[in-house]
Amino acid sequence: MNAKLRERLAFALLALVTVLVIVPVAFVLLILLIRGLPAISWEFLTQEPRSGMTEGGIFPAIVGTFYLVVGTVIVALPLGIGGAVYMTEYARPGKALRLIRLAIVNLAGVPSVVYGLFGLGLFVIFLKFGTSLISGCLTLGVLVVPIVITATEEALRAVPQSFREASASLGASKWQTVSRVVLPTALPGILTGTILAISRAAGETAPILFTCAAFYLSRLPHSIFDPILALPYHLYGLATQATNAPDTIKYGTALVLIALVFGTNITAIVLRLKARRTKRW
Amino acid sequence: METATQQREPSPSSESKSLVSGKRPRLSDLIFDNIIKLLGYTSIVFVILIFVFLLKESLPLFKTYPLKKLLLGTSWYPTMDPPEFGLAPLILGSLLVTAGAVVIALPLGIGAAVYISEVAPSSIKDILKSLVELLAAIPSVVMGFVGMIVLAPWIKEIFDLPTGLTALAGSITLAFMAVPTVTSIAEDALAAVPTAYRTGSLALGATKWQTISQVVVPAARSGIVAASMLGVGRAIGETMTVLMVTGNAALIPRSFLQPVRTMTATIAAEMGETVQGGEHYQALFVIGLLLFIITFIINLVADLSLHRGRRQRG
Repeated sequence: MNAKLRERLAFALLALVTVLVIVPVAFVLLILLIRGLPAISWEFLTQEPRSGMTEGGIFPAIVGTFYLVVGTVIVALPLGIGGAVYMTEYARPGKALRLIRLAIVNLAGVPSVVYGLFGLGLFVIFLKFGTSLISGCLTLGVLVVPIVITATEEALRAVPQSFREASASLGASKWQTVSRVVLPTALPGILTGTILAISRAAGETAPILFTCAAFYLSRLPHSIFDPILALPYHLYGLATQATNAPDTIKYGTALVLIALVFGTNITAIVLRLKARRTKRW
Repeated sequence: METATQQREPSPSSESKSLVSGKRPRLSDLIFDNIIKLLGYTSIVFVILIFVFLLKESLPLFKTYPLKKLLLGTSWYPTMDPPEFGLAPLILGSLLVTAGAVVIALPLGIGAAVYISEVAPSSIKDILKSLVELLAAIPSVVMGFVGMIVLAPWIKEIFDLPTGLTALAGSITLAFMAVPTVTSIAEDALAAVPTAYRTGSLALGATKWQTISQVVVPAARSGIVAASMLGVGRAIGETMTVLMVTGNAALIPRSFLQPVRTMTATIAAEMGETVQGGEHYQALFVIGLLLFIITFIINLVADLSLHRGRRQRG
């Protein structure tokens, strides 16, 4: 077989493999759209589940996920941005920085259910927050910190060194340079990281299983110490426990969840591409 | 220098005046600088905290239950009297499902990375990368749901089984959850190979495919190894998907066409029924500790491999 023919074969195979990789995205989306769309109605989105989840909507789960995501961002953003600022603006290359990097990689690799155990041990039991919204937010906050750090670090590194030098030469202190020149310039990148963190927090199930999620609640949470319903856990409950719930409710719930997650992700992707294109330096 | 600072901060109280007149930095700078330095170490603190709390909740079991029986015991009957906490079926379950996932995910993930980095026209590169990112974004519970209602019935029918909820269903769904990790890290490694390697090879008369297979991929080897390892780590730690599609039978697995139960799924499925601080509860934390150690080692080795690759190229 000559080299040219072999090349064509290899490239065709690689293209096929790539198609195989992205087919599940289309497949999952399509199947949820086809079977879930009929369930979506104003009532479905704004009513509570009724009669053992066989009727009604998913409103409390949407609200719960919303609270959870907001709380997670409040926890993760200062920690993540602060951590990234330290790494790019303050730390000198060396052992300490290497160790921090290693910790971030490891934190990103810890299985999500282990985060659940950690949250149970530290927040629910040790700090006595109980199975509550705040325990869930803190657990998910720790889980998404690596996402925020990685995105912020990348954005900070993309800020030209001359910006920092110009600011310093005008007499600005380190912190003034960071807070008024570097961070604002890096804002689009930080925003992208935040949105990715939101998407991750909205879709996670295992970390909230033992820290904040309830199988069924008759009312919305009144304080941060109340348990909540959340979309991913609600879907899990519908799929595995509520066997007599109609399929449309299950598909509808899955569709709302994936729409939320894909929506935030696509926003992040578009933002990133736009920021790259409009870069002025 | 001080005057410039003052112009930007037009509120010189008597206290800040004394700071400005001296050579000492402003108080607010001192505070923020130190906060940032503290925040820099949060990741390390979190890793230690996770380890400490896993240890704290699981240690008591080591006193009452022999370690050897724990790790090598072949029966997991946590609610019997007396309970049996043999982890072997769960460890083997995790290994089986992960091995199956890796066999599917590595060729797909690395192949896609090579295509996106080296072959795809630049006009569709960003689109392909975004799609891979979306695959990574699919929540594991949604993956599990689709696996349960679409994939499992297919497997049941094709292999004529009593149930489709098997190790195979777990391996297939997990493979697609591990692929994005493999692809994105392998792609980074390929993109980091200097252009001179490619142009040099092409100038010697090699075809594009010869260049890719004999120059670019070998040059990115350490990154691809790291990508594969992180893919394994992703697969072994995945929880909801395997909980929903593998059928959850805590028996020593004998085939891909049987229900199995993984370590992660056991924690997720049983923690709700345990008594806080009881032996069963502690045993689930032991599984968590084990998972933490396994993924820690995988990440460490992958990171060292990446680091070495970077150093070799200078």
